[in-house]
Amino acid sequence: MAEYQLPETLRYTREDEWLRPAEDGSAVVGITDYAQQQLGDVVFVELPEPGAVLQQGEACGAIESVKTVAELFAPVSGEVARCNQELAQRPEAVNEDCYGGGWILAMVPSQPAELDGLLDAAAYAQHIADRE
Amino acid sequence: MSGAPQGGAANAAGGLAYEEPLIFEQSRPGRRGAELPRCDVPEVDAAALLGENLREDLPALPELSEVEVVRHFTRLSTWNAAVDLGLYPLGSCTMKYNPKLNERVARLPGFAWAHPLSPAAEVQGLLELCFELEGFLAEISGMDCVTLQPAAGAQGELAGLMMIRAHFEQRGEPRSKVLVPDTAHGTNPASAALNGYQVQTVASGADGVLHPGALKAAMDETVAALMITNPNTLGLFEDHIAELCEIVHAQGGLVYGDGANLNALLGVARPGDMGLDVMHMNLHKTFSTPHGGGGPGAGPVAVKRVLAPYLPTPRVQRGPDGRFAWRDDAPHSIGRLHGGHGNVGMLLRAYAYILSLGAAGLRRCAEAAVLNANYLLARLRGAWHLPYDRPVMHECVLSDRALQASGVSTLDVAKRLIDHGYHPPTIYFPLTVPGALMIEPTESESLEGLDRFADTLLQIAEEARRDPALLHGAPHRTRHRRLDETRAARKPVLRWTPQEESA
Ligand SMILES: Cc1ncc(COP(=O)(O)O)c(C=O)c1O
Repeated sequence: MAEYQLPETLRYTREDEWLRPAEDGSAVVGITDYAQQQLGDVVFVELPEPGAVLQQGEACGAIESVKTVAELFAPVSGEVARCNQELAQRPEAVNEDCYGGGWILAMVPSQPAELDGLLDAAAYAQHIADRE
Repeated sequence: MSGAPQGGAANAAGGLAYEEPLIFEQSRPGRRGAELPRCDVPEVDAAALLGENLREDLPALPELSEVEVVRHFTRLSTWNAAVDLGLYPLGSCTMKYNPKLNERVARLPGFAWAHPLSPAAEVQGLLELCFELEGFLAEISGMDCVTLQPAAGAQGELAGLMMIRAHFEQRGEPRSKVLVPDTAHGTNPASAALNGYQVQTVASGADGVLHPGALKAAMDETVAALMITNPNTLGLFEDHIAELCEIVHAQGGLVYGDGANLNALLGVARPGDMGLDVMHMNLHKTFSTPHGGGGPGAGPVAVKRVLAPYLPTPRVQRGPDGRFAWRDDAPHSIGRLHGGHGNVGMLLRAYAYILSLGAAGLRRCAEAAVLNANYLLARLRGAWHLPYDRPVMHECVLSDRALQASGVSTLDVAKRLIDHGYHPPTIYFPLTVPGALMIEPTESESLEGLDRFADTLLQIAEEARRDPALLHGAPHRTRHRRLDETRAARKPVLRWTPQEESA
């Protein structure tokens, strides 16, 4: 099995996204190192509109790589607060630093209980292993 | 020469290979390919005639002599990969051989010179042909009525979903959702979204096909349609198709069939009998008309009676006197989708193909397409990872999983196939298979041709183990080495711009 960085402090989804609760009650969202490696060179990220109200699991954007295109899903329900507009110019940030400069969007969760249903790093690592 | 494939493989071409600059770069001011005779009528002052409509900023068209233009395009034509040069195993695209008889028929002057706006009385033969082709396609698909207008499969999908939407609006119960399996081609969700539908993806089972349970969980009275491709993009027959259609119908929904893979069913099974309500057929796939650069496509749509009132207009009709006419009087029609009567040149070729094969020939074509795909699969089993190892229909899907240990990816394999003289198969599709290679040999290939291709794929698997660097560096034998697809996608240069003249 290949090596993936999976920071302990993050929450994960089965759709290969991560979520980091911020102090102001919002949550930053991106795709995982595993997803980034699977996709290969990212060439375009389609972002939702800030203000969009999403249901957990709803498709809200897309990540296009040279090989393929993957949908972006809302990891929890809530409103999109802001998006990483820098990705329009530098989509490669998703490959270079998927947990930092390659973040995708921030949302304000409306159902905090959903956060408890997300995976921790160990459970997500197991989810990857099951697929490999 | 490490880059040259070993052994007597394949379609490899060598020899003269012309580099060719853009035609704009070859332009020289004042160079001409044609000379107009001296004007023999009184000259008029264009500025006085046209006033402010007279353009000063003439388009900067390239200026070349006739022979330069001819050489330019002839040289570019030698860069083509084509089914007339060799196997073109692009999965889901059905790159079958296009018989030359089709071309003869399409060039018959009475058809070739017919104007799209000719009065019906002057093109009775063409109208009769369209009428008969509609009948052939209805019979082959098991549907009631056909429109020949849509210009491609994707436009056929658009037309089909417009009719579905019109049907629900007419009944006063507009619906909001369309269900699409996760194996679907991207045009399916796109066509649904263009029609204002919310797209819901339904996961297929571990065996690669859609299961009634998964569909039942997603199906309710807000769903206008299920869009399904059968055989699906994994080359697998949707075994539960009849039950899937029943589940959709039980909630008042309709079933849209993506007929891109109809080649596997010709004369053997009919989608209409399976319960589908509307489907498109890609004439440039199943019915041997050229793809892409070879000409425009055609995507006729067949419907069951329930959708007939919504078919695009005008429709060809045979009167009681046996004469043909265009009919526009369909108040519920979704209207016109294409100028003239569709891409008529493609309709002529498909008609010629159907008549030259006949019913028995069409069936043999499907049988050979399925046999060929299964033969390849059988020869590759063991050396290649088969994500769904079961009998397939007309195409088969491999993955790069068995090569990953040597760091070789599907992209490397595709590039290496070019060294061996093959156009690569479809790669990284369907999205449900990581590192997919999707191979559709079609019925056109001989046993020897299939063996050469299988030998090449086995050899490439061996090369991957022995010498991964050879594959990472492929292609080696082409005019250009591997292009930087990432940079092309991130920083595309879409338009030639003239260099600033230095003063
Ligand atoms: C499964 C499937 N559906 C739809 C289409 C779209 O057809 P077209 O290219 O004729 O628009 C394709 C084309 O490759 C396809 O493979």
